[in-house]
Amino acid sequence: MQIYLPIAEVSINAWLLLGLGGVVGLLSGMFGVGGGFLITPLLFFIGIPPAVAVATGANQVVASSVSGVLAQVRRKAVDFRLGLVLLAGGMLGSAVGIWVFSILTALGQVDLFVQLSYVVFLGLIGSLMLAESLRALDRARRQGPQPRRARAHTWVQHLPFKMKFRTSGLYISVLPPIAVGALVGFLAAIMGVGGGFVMVPAMIYLLGVPTKVVVGTSLFQIIFVTAFTTVMHAVTSQTVDMLLAALLIAGGVIGAQIGARLGTRLRAEQLRILLALLVLGVSGKIALDLLLTPSELYAITPGVLW
Amino acid sequence: MVIRAAVLWLALALPAGAEGIVSGLSQNRVSITADFDGSEILIYGAVKRDAPAPEGSPLQVIVTVEGPSTPVTIRRKARRAGIWINTDVVTVEAAPSFYAIASTAPLAAILSDTDDLRHRVTLGRIISAVGATTEAADAPSFLSALMRLRGAEQRYRLDENGVRLTEGTLFRADVLLPANLTEGDYRVRIFLTRDRAVIDAQESVINVRKEGLERLIYTLAHDQPLVYGAVSLLLAVAAGWGASAAFRLVRP
Repeated sequence: MQIYLPIAEVSINAWLLLGLGGVVGLLSGMFGVGGGFLITPLLFFIGIPPAVAVATGANQVVASSVSGVLAQVRRKAVDFRLGLVLLAGGMLGSAVGIWVFSILTALGQVDLFVQLSYVVFLGLIGSLMLAESLRALDRARRQGPQPRRARAHTWVQHLPFKMKFRTSGLYISVLPPIAVGALVGFLAAIMGVGGGFVMVPAMIYLLGVPTKVVVGTSLFQIIFVTAFTTVMHAVTSQTVDMLLAALLIAGGVIGAQIGARLGTRLRAEQLRILLALLVLGVSGKIALDLLLTPSELYAITPGVLW
Repeated sequence: MVIRAAVLWLALALPAGAEGIVSGLSQNRVSITADFDGSEILIYGAVKRDAPAPEGSPLQVIVTVEGPSTPVTIRRKARRAGIWINTDVVTVEAAPSFYAIASTAPLAAILSDTDDLRHRVTLGRIISAVGATTEAADAPSFLSALMRLRGAEQRYRLDENGVRLTEGTLFRADVLLPANLTEGDYRVRIFLTRDRAVIDAQESVINVRKEGLERLIYTLAHDQPLVYGAVSLLLAVAAGWGASAAFRLVRP
């Protein structure tokens, strides 16, 4: 069933869009990542104009994150207080990020910078996570299951402005969460994604938040970042396609529910290994695009850019 | 049959003059609705003349359909320090979003360069890229890439057998408008040529407009962007909450 998208001005199979939304929603519910780093390249691939793909992708991530967060709230796995602290840092970081992005745009080569950030950050985070999770899995197998909580660095515990995050079982300074939020907000603005794939490992390894709480709290924060992005794109460039979003969302919210359920069946280490592999896969794909000789050297974009 | 009869009647009823065109379109309005999947336009007509057709080379017909034009940026990748990046850019001031040419014979045989230039018939004459040569030394290769890429999308088409001319008088051409259509006024032109010179030309317009839901969404997005953004968000939040609630009912 073909459907004509009013803003993207292309005709696309509706089932394909539903399926795409479903797959990304599934991953979103399972890992607590927004899925923006997946949905945007996938939309490019099926022929949606890049500007529309970025803006509409953000809108879809809002829906899947809301759906995922509600599932996590029922399991009491959302630390709202920590989420708000992260969000405060995130807003700060994204403001700086938008400013840097406009400078890069003026210099040209912003595409290259975005692609390189994808490769570097996804590659780095993916490898670190994979190595750590494999070690943890190996340790658990040798010594039998034992509750182990990742400990925050010692210097982190000596910082001022301590705050109690009861759901996470943490009593730490607010400065590290704000810094993590700011870093994620900055990267999100530069790379045009929600930033869950940076947020999740940063929470686990830098802040020492239990993996169970990380997913819900990260999603909670992502809702606000992507909501902000959606409205900003709608106002500045009119590139949010409501019909496209509706189809992606319909698939996405269902996928997110299934994903959240699947996530509870897997062990924390297994979940991290899967996320690490996914992140590495996307990073590798983008790296290959940069390294291999493209089949088409030319690209056309309607309109005049910078 | 009805069309053909009507055209014949028109041709016969017209006053005396040189060879000229009488033509019509199967529709002068195309509605893009949610299930729009392309549309076929029939362009038909007849040659009116008071005296017998002149001796010598036969009459030829060229039909063009042109979508609204926009500026286009063409970029080319090159390898720098091992990675492929966009290096060269050429900007075209105006390139049509759609351009189809149908004719009774190969264009080179029925249209002179002078008349092509005067009437801007072929794609190379339609795309205006005055500033392109200052941006890159090999601007023509960028322009041919544009034509190739849009050709692959069925946006640019050349059918040198697309016009059927019967008895040197009646002609018809079927032009397929693809599903990925841009809104706007589509200019339809018909040229009569003899000895590679244009002897008459006629122009009409097809209105391509979004309708219904498509129209509503498009208008809201452009007239009330803040409201549109808020509605998009609301839809997303409602859908997320709805799915969560539904799943709780299904599997408590």
